[in-house]
Amino acid sequence: MITKRIIPCLDVRDGRVVKGVNFLGIKDVSSPVELAKFYSDSGADELVFYDITASAEGRALFTDILVEAARTVFIPLTVGGGINTVDDFDRVLKCGADKVSVNSGAIRNPDLISAAAQRYGDQCVVLSVDAKRVDGSFHVFAKGGREDTGIDAIEWIKRGQQSGAGEIVLNSIDTDGVKNGFDLEMLGAVCDIAEVPVIASGGAGCIDHFTELFKALPKVDAGLAASIFHFGEVEIKQLKKELDKNGINVRI
Amino acid sequence: MTAVIDYGVGNLFSLKSSFAYIGEEVVVTNDKDVIMSADRIVLPGVGAFGDAAKKLFESGMADVLKEAAAKGKPILGICLGMQLLFEKSYEYGEHQGLGFIKGSVKPIADRVDTSVYKIPQIGWNALRFTKPSPLFKYINEGDHVYFVHSYYGDDCEESLLATTEYGFDVTAAVSSGTVYGTQFHPEKSGDVGMKILKAFCEMK
Repeated sequence: MITKRIIPCLDVRDGRVVKGVNFLGIKDVSSPVELAKFYSDSGADELVFYDITASAEGRALFTDILVEAARTVFIPLTVGGGINTVDDFDRVLKCGADKVSVNSGAIRNPDLISAAAQRYGDQCVVLSVDAKRVDGSFHVFAKGGREDTGIDAIEWIKRGQQSGAGEIVLNSIDTDGVKNGFDLEMLGAVCDIAEVPVIASGGAGCIDHFTELFKALPKVDAGLAASIFHFGEVEIKQLKKELDKNGINVRI
Repeated sequence: MTAVIDYGVGNLFSLKSSFAYIGEEVVVTNDKDVIMSADRIVLPGVGAFGDAAKKLFESGMADVLKEAAAKGKPILGICLGMQLLFEKSYEYGEHQGLGFIKGSVKPIADRVDTSVYKIPQIGWNALRFTKPSPLFKYINEGDHVYFVHSYYGDDCEESLLATTEYGFDVTAAVSSGTVYGTQFHPEKSGDVGMKILKAFCEMK
């Protein structure tokens, strides 16, 4: 039976891992390669490297880090941030990424999903969606959660998977950084229409939140988090042990 | 020395890095002489079967592999590389494979309820051994490895080494003579994957 995945996300700026609360107040955490190795040894099933650099120098630094990480850890690596063209896919895949996640780039140019899926396969394209409740529905937000696009998140995800997205990361802005648990309502709505794996993001504050997630929503394939892992509030080995104890199938 | 065949399919950086990590000398190449002088050969692959098979045959790499297999050189096909070892595939039409493994490649979607089992199968799944193999000498039944695939090897009972459960017993590894194939990615399967590659690198 396929296992539920635990995925730490490393936001990288100028060669360092950072994490903000509700995307504001960014705080330095640690060295990306060291942290990647630590997580891999702790039983992380996959890693996400998110490039939040805007400058060309920062971007070059990011790809250097990616190369080093791919030489050091041998679990799947997903890269996101600043992916706007098929050339951007090419750039990070050559540096050792296995999957590439698109967010704002796909909002600006929805054809990016199909173009990349045709070239690299569906399994390579991850559609990452930042969504927030607006007037009783879920809206897609762009630019790191700052701009309401007015697009309905459920429709956007349907369209994304039709275009060839092989996985969906749903990050609820409403619960992100709050540490009160995943957004089960929003995730449930996405699971109802999802034909590809769904990765839950935003809101995990303790081990029980992951147990609750996988128990409440069996269609969720993976849980993603950042700061709770970086700050040692949740230890991955312990998390997986607890999930296993609760009858959730994980790789130990 | 291990030669990883470069025939223009996919990204070989991780594969190369994983061999380097276990201390194995590795060359990524499409040079026939280098491949034939290697102790063993890895056939990688991602993407569509038809495109990859076409590249393999047109580049002459198919003939090189056949010659190497006839000489008893260990060959390891990974993911699509494993599927290419089969006689044929039904991925978007019907395509000829290398024919080292008796059987054909078919869509997972034909075998499972896709509202329960999502396509592609992405993630870590446990191995169940069907036959002992030197490839598994350092790992245990139940160990998890990383899969990403929408098609599977079918009708290959004779060559089957291991399966994994995804609505049915999905072919996870095969062998025939010195030719081996894994549907999963050892280079992305952490310590278990490194142990499989190490076992392969001890074959001569």
